[in-house]
Amino acid sequence: MKSVRLWSIRHAGWLKKGYGVLEGLLALLNPLLKLIGHDRLDKPFAAVESVVKGFLFDSQSCGQCTLGETGMACPMNCPKTLRNGPCGGVRQNGGCEIKPEMTCVWVNAWEGSQQIGTPEETIRVIQPPVDNRLKGRSAWLRALRLRAGESL
Amino acid sequence: MRFDDEPAAGENLPILPGHTSPGRFERILRAGQFAVTAEIAPPDSADPEDVYARAALFDGYVDAINATDSSGANCHMSSMGICSLLTRRGYAMILQQSCRDRNRIAMQGDVLGAAAMGVCNVLCLSGDGVQSGDHPQAKPVFDMDSISALGMVRHMRDEQQFLSGRAISSPPRLFLGAAANPFAPPLDFRPHRMAKKIAAGAQFIQTQYCFDVDRMKTFMAQVRDMGLLEEAFVLAGVGPLASAKAAEWIRKNVAGVHIPDDIIKRLAGAEDQKQEGVDLCVDLIEQMREIEGVSGVHVMAYRMEDRIGEIVSRSNALNGREPWRPAA
Repeated sequence: MKSVRLWSIRHAGWLKKGYGVLEGLLALLNPLLKLIGHDRLDKPFAAVESVVKGFLFDSQSCGQCTLGETGMACPMNCPKTLRNGPCGGVRQNGGCEIKPEMTCVWVNAWEGSQQIGTPEETIRVIQPPVDNRLKGRSAWLRALRLRAGESL
Repeated sequence: MRFDDEPAAGENLPILPGHTSPGRFERILRAGQFAVTAEIAPPDSADPEDVYARAALFDGYVDAINATDSSGANCHMSSMGICSLLTRRGYAMILQQSCRDRNRIAMQGDVLGAAAMGVCNVLCLSGDGVQSGDHPQAKPVFDMDSISALGMVRHMRDEQQFLSGRAISSPPRLFLGAAANPFAPPLDFRPHRMAKKIAAGAQFIQTQYCFDVDRMKTFMAQVRDMGLLEEAFVLAGVGPLASAKAAEWIRKNVAGVHIPDDIIKRLAGAEDQKQEGVDLCVDLIEQMREIEGVSGVHVMAYRMEDRIGEIVSRSNALNGREPWRPAA
């Protein structure tokens, strides 16, 4: 929903902090989560994420979340699914080249990233190409595995 | 201009120390020459003569030729096909590779194929949306984006590996390029976007059409302050406009082209608007040359390719230098 998505951009700083707290809690719980098994938990986690992030960000559930680095704008809403910044086709009013009625995802991302940190910590981070195998899987559990230096 | 170690047409030059490609284009830029590149119009035909005839319009005026990859998402002869034909005649080609139509498997295969054909320069683009072209029903691929594509090609060249980690026995020796549009929102993001492209591997940058000189100056000052001009060469995009009406149409319909009102007024006020468009382009090249850090111009003379000779010679962009041309 557009109004919620834009609210999330305006409150990107708080949302990022909130996620930091959530990830910290999950990391504390991780021994338990591992005991149950990440594989077994992936579906229910992904379902929760889909509802929460879908509501707040119109998340497309790519399973490899960049929201913290893209100003809380989900780059998978870009019709070209660009994850590293705006294409050259953005209209003078900030509208998307392909969907003129939609504000470019990266215009929003730039605005949101101003609240989160420096460009080096946000939009200057080079995002690798999408791993299409992760689509629909839990990005939160993946973040825990990344944090623990484990394989994905 | 011929280098002392110029090989037979179709063969590459020796790679100089500090260079990454065996091509003429990298040599020109690294030698500090003001470079001229131009975009060739890809034919809607399977006749190689159409390609040769279009390239011949540039003979003696340009240092390298960009072969577009179905730009505007309109179908034409492939950039690979054009590059294959023209490298065999000795032309320095810039293969444009967009992420719109091919996934990482196809793109990496094309990079090897192009390098084997003698292509020394690859320009990685995200690409126009399929909705802008003549096949809006097509599936947009966008498996990669311009920046991850740059990183991928650099990885192939420098690490001698595919993205998967599998070894490449003879890597592609390439000079890597990217596009920049200093004129599209979010304007404050644009220098960072260019920084990212350079960090991912871009060694030269070709910009969108520059009709707003003040904006270009601001952008160049920003990227200069960020130290980016020590890492990559910037070629400013220029081109003739056919008429005020054409300019209005482009402004409205072509994604990412920003044409200020005073440009349209200047064209509208002219008796011969087409000639005025050429004159304007000459003026713009002269203004681009004055901007500190601009290393060359990229001439996109859509449907006016026959005027490139006039534009380049009148603007004195080459400063008396004569670029390589095929032997008569």
